[in-house]
Amino acid sequence: MNIPAELKYTASHEWVKVNTDGTLTVGITDHAQDLLGDMVFVENPAVGRELKAGEECAVVESVKAASDIYAPVAGIVLTANADVEGSPEVLNQDAYSAWMFTLKPVNPADVNGLMDADAYRALVEAEAH
Amino acid sequence: MLIFEHSVPERMAYAQMPAEALEADDLPVHLLRRDKPLLPEASEMDVVRHYTRLSQKNFSIDTHFYPLGSCTMKYNPRACNSLAMLPGFLNRHPFAPVQTGQGYLASMYELQEILCDVTGMAGVSLAPMAGAQGEFAGVAMIRAYHDARGDHARREIIIPTAAHGTNPATAVMCGYSVREIPTDATGNVDLAALQAAVGPQTAGLMLTNPSTLGVFEQQIQRIQKIVHDAGGLLYYDGANLNAILGRVKPGDMGFDVIHINLHKTFSTPHGGGGPGAGPVGVSTRLLPYLPIPLVAYCDGNYRLLTEADRPHSIGRLSANNGNAGVLLRAYIYARMLGAEGMHRVAEFATLNANYLLAKLRQAGFDIAFPTRRASHEFIVTLKHLKDETGVTAMDFAKRLLDYGYHAPTTYFPMLVPECLLIEPTETESMATLDGFVAAMTAILAEARSNPELVKGAPYTQPVRRLDDVKAARELDLVWRHK
Amino acid sequence: MPFIPHTDAEVEAMLAVIGAPNIDALFDEIPVELGSGKLVSVPDALNEMEITRLMHERAEQDSRQLNFIGAGAYEHHIPAAVWQIATRGEFYSAYTPYQAEASQGTLQLIYEYQTMMASLTGMDVSNASLYDGGSALAEAVLMAVRAHKNATRILMPRTVSPLYRAVVRNIVKNQHIELMELDYDPVSGTTPVPEIAVGDFAALVIPQPNFFGALEDVDALTDWAHAHGALAIGLVNPTALGLLKPPGVWGERGADMAAGDGQPLGAPLSNGGPYYGFLTCKQALVRQMPGRIVGRTLDLDGKPGFALTLQAREQHIRRSKATSNICTNQGLVVTASTIYMSLLGPTGLRRVASAAHANILQLAEQLCAIRGVTRAFRSPCFHEMVIQLNRPASAVLGELAAAGILGGYDLCADYPELGNAMLVCATETKTAADLGRYAEQLNLCMQEGSDADI
Repeated sequence: MNIPAELKYTASHEWVKVNTDGTLTVGITDHAQDLLGDMVFVENPAVGRELKAGEECAVVESVKAASDIYAPVAGIVLTANADVEGSPEVLNQDAYSAWMFTLKPVNPADVNGLMDADAYRALVEAEAH
Repeated sequence: MLIFEHSVPERMAYAQMPAEALEADDLPVHLLRRDKPLLPEASEMDVVRHYTRLSQKNFSIDTHFYPLGSCTMKYNPRACNSLAMLPGFLNRHPFAPVQTGQGYLASMYELQEILCDVTGMAGVSLAPMAGAQGEFAGVAMIRAYHDARGDHARREIIIPTAAHGTNPATAVMCGYSVREIPTDATGNVDLAALQAAVGPQTAGLMLTNPSTLGVFEQQIQRIQKIVHDAGGLLYYDGANLNAILGRVKPGDMGFDVIHINLHKTFSTPHGGGGPGAGPVGVSTRLLPYLPIPLVAYCDGNYRLLTEADRPHSIGRLSANNGNAGVLLRAYIYARMLGAEGMHRVAEFATLNANYLLAKLRQAGFDIAFPTRRASHEFIVTLKHLKDETGVTAMDFAKRLLDYGYHAPTTYFPMLVPECLLIEPTETESMATLDGFVAAMTAILAEARSNPELVKGAPYTQPVRRLDDVKAARELDLVWRHK
Repeated sequence: MPFIPHTDAEVEAMLAVIGAPNIDALFDEIPVELGSGKLVSVPDALNEMEITRLMHERAEQDSRQLNFIGAGAYEHHIPAAVWQIATRGEFYSAYTPYQAEASQGTLQLIYEYQTMMASLTGMDVSNASLYDGGSALAEAVLMAVRAHKNATRILMPRTVSPLYRAVVRNIVKNQHIELMELDYDPVSGTTPVPEIAVGDFAALVIPQPNFFGALEDVDALTDWAHAHGALAIGLVNPTALGLLKPPGVWGERGADMAAGDGQPLGAPLSNGGPYYGFLTCKQALVRQMPGRIVGRTLDLDGKPGFALTLQAREQHIRRSKATSNICTNQGLVVTASTIYMSLLGPTGLRRVASAAHANILQLAEQLCAIRGVTRAFRSPCFHEMVIQLNRPASAVLGELAAAGILGGYDLCADYPELGNAMLVCATETKTAADLGRYAEQLNLCMQEGSDADI
């Protein structure tokens, strides 16, 4: 199972990367793309939108399922990755380079409340049983 | 080949052309069409041959066994179609005076009465045009009932996780939020979860019984008490009414409102996806809210009731009288069955399902709820087969097409992994069921000896397996000139 | 038993395999307290000969009269091939095409339908159909609110069918959507471009022709909606589109969606149904579309084929977040309609539209020559018009009906301000003799009746 150690995770299967400038990059985990199957559609949040923690803000769709993406922490959307909207299959090819959007967190400390790789691995393994 | 590829500019079906009328030169030029719409330019025979050939690319009940769980694919008697299409019925305008429609209205009135009896309800409206619209009407009536009592806190509908997707979608359309409750290991509603879920916010519970898991909800009396004690109402999703037709009535189970899928239980045609009809039945307390039009009989005449007669109605859901022609087919079917025939429907549907279950179990298939009686349908799970051979329920379904059988419902309900939901209906013979078991058995052997063969199926259809991912990523929804 | 093939011997054999003593035992999980389910008011069975007799008697009661009622359901000639092919068992008794490989006939037909309907309305895409025109308009309204995201108000002209307005009201009632009615100009019978500020709104509904049969200034209305950041929904009669400019090219940018009832394209009047609703839109809105959609793709061998697509919008996947609870389309009626459009082609549809239009002009001339009968509105019309009488419309309609003529749709209840008004329709099915007979009879009613009313 591909769960990079340097990232943070949510229980709803988003990954979060803390950038050097304090902004956050958000995507869906390799496990999530595997569960959903071949991606056919991605809708990112509008740039400038203010998100509350846990708010539904994006959608990914495969042929057989649709899944909402939730804001990992409160923040403002800085950029949205047009490449994943144009070619949703990149989420299947490499979920960790196919980021979805970046966020300026309201409170930078909020990321500390997210799971680390070990905790997320434990969650995925627990869900499998 | 598409019909557009048969098209030749200026060709036409002359017998269908009205004489050339004068140009509409009184109309403002800026409101007129300039381009020619992309409709075929073809001769009558081109068109007849094209669509006859297309029809031959379909499976249908008239040509194949269709054990599609939760869909009740029974024989559609031909008389129901030919009699519903008598000119007197077809040519009547919906707003023609009622004196010119007494034959049709009499049939509709009697159908209302028959459906009241079958469901054990106090009143029935034939207005909804499909099961999903019947659901909408039902939940809208629940809302109207609570609202009329000033009980505005009730904002939540409880739905078992096994339910059809329409149930939560409908609740949301009626402005409710949805709370899902789990099902226990034997396929019954988890009573503790239900008890914990109900409260002053509960507007109602939507339940399918027998459930989509193919088993009868044995605790129905306790469920209805829990929901009613909490002040909620009970909604019966009639998707599986065929299982109990003439055996037990939803009204006797304590339900307040029900929709009936006439295209299932009353054998109106599925037509490649509609039109259906989804009449709603209600208990006494919901009577004022029934959607219009309703058919009434007074002073020797039948007439349609409107808003003026029914001020508390949730109103009309179609511009006219719902799917009137479908309702006529259901009426004719009901009259041909009669009371005795209707009692037999559930009996033989259940006999066929339990026979098929027993035979498939003998053939080595895993039954999802092995300790339970099948209702009119049951679930086979291919989880072990998939782990062992990589062959999925989808592969199995596609291979069945090669054997000349329509696939059962796959991947529904989602609670059971790799499931096939199988419903034979009462109109299939023992010989047909045996043929189906033989095909299932042969595919099981193939899955073990040559799984790649099954994974590549079908091979005998007009096309092989289609690329759904491409269809969704590179949308091609209309044809364009190259 | 009707439609149950089992012999007694087979029943015995099947019970033996199950291990049950009798059929009743198969119901042993149903609590006995729930009663026997005995039917008390279902009559005894009729065999096919008997039900045939009964239904013929009933159909004959529903006698055919000379019909000039429209009001959303229109009498047109339907080629014999249309329903003969549509009711072939392979179309009639097929299920929803979820198993694509075994449903290529239905799927290809829907793809062809989508192509025809998108082109007819001037839009990019079409779904596989909805229930009827009224509910299609309700779905279009919901779709506009989803797409707009920032407004929940819909502007609904009073020239939209009162029945459609009622359906929309009843369907969107619990979804926090405000329907704001716009009044019509009493001289033209059409909707003027609003001059006052109305605040934010998600969409304007633009009927063409409108319920009075009159032609709206669709370009100006569309541009006005767009100038206010709202969507424009064209509500159209598909037959009229053989002649009239399609919504997709209204105004500068074209309307965003088109909806309506497909009944005029091959569905019989049939007491009001089954008809079908159509809904088409611009490409950008496709994911907000409710209902089934068919796409063309390739199979494993690279051969073209058809499948349901964009299913993640639908209730069976997205459940409470679906675009609608709708599952069905009106498949069989769409089948008939696709065959109808293929047989008529662009020329035939244009001729049907022109012939109907020519007939209403002729009828208008003849009826308005009668003392006490006037045209209500000045706007050009398609194939329907409003006439005002100097006698109660219900009395006149009753007298006409007694003479075998269905003279029109009484507008008094929905538009009391119009006085004794009725909506009259003439399609291509009416001959010069039919028009003459109507005028003659109405003349009689007006003369005799005015004496009687005194």
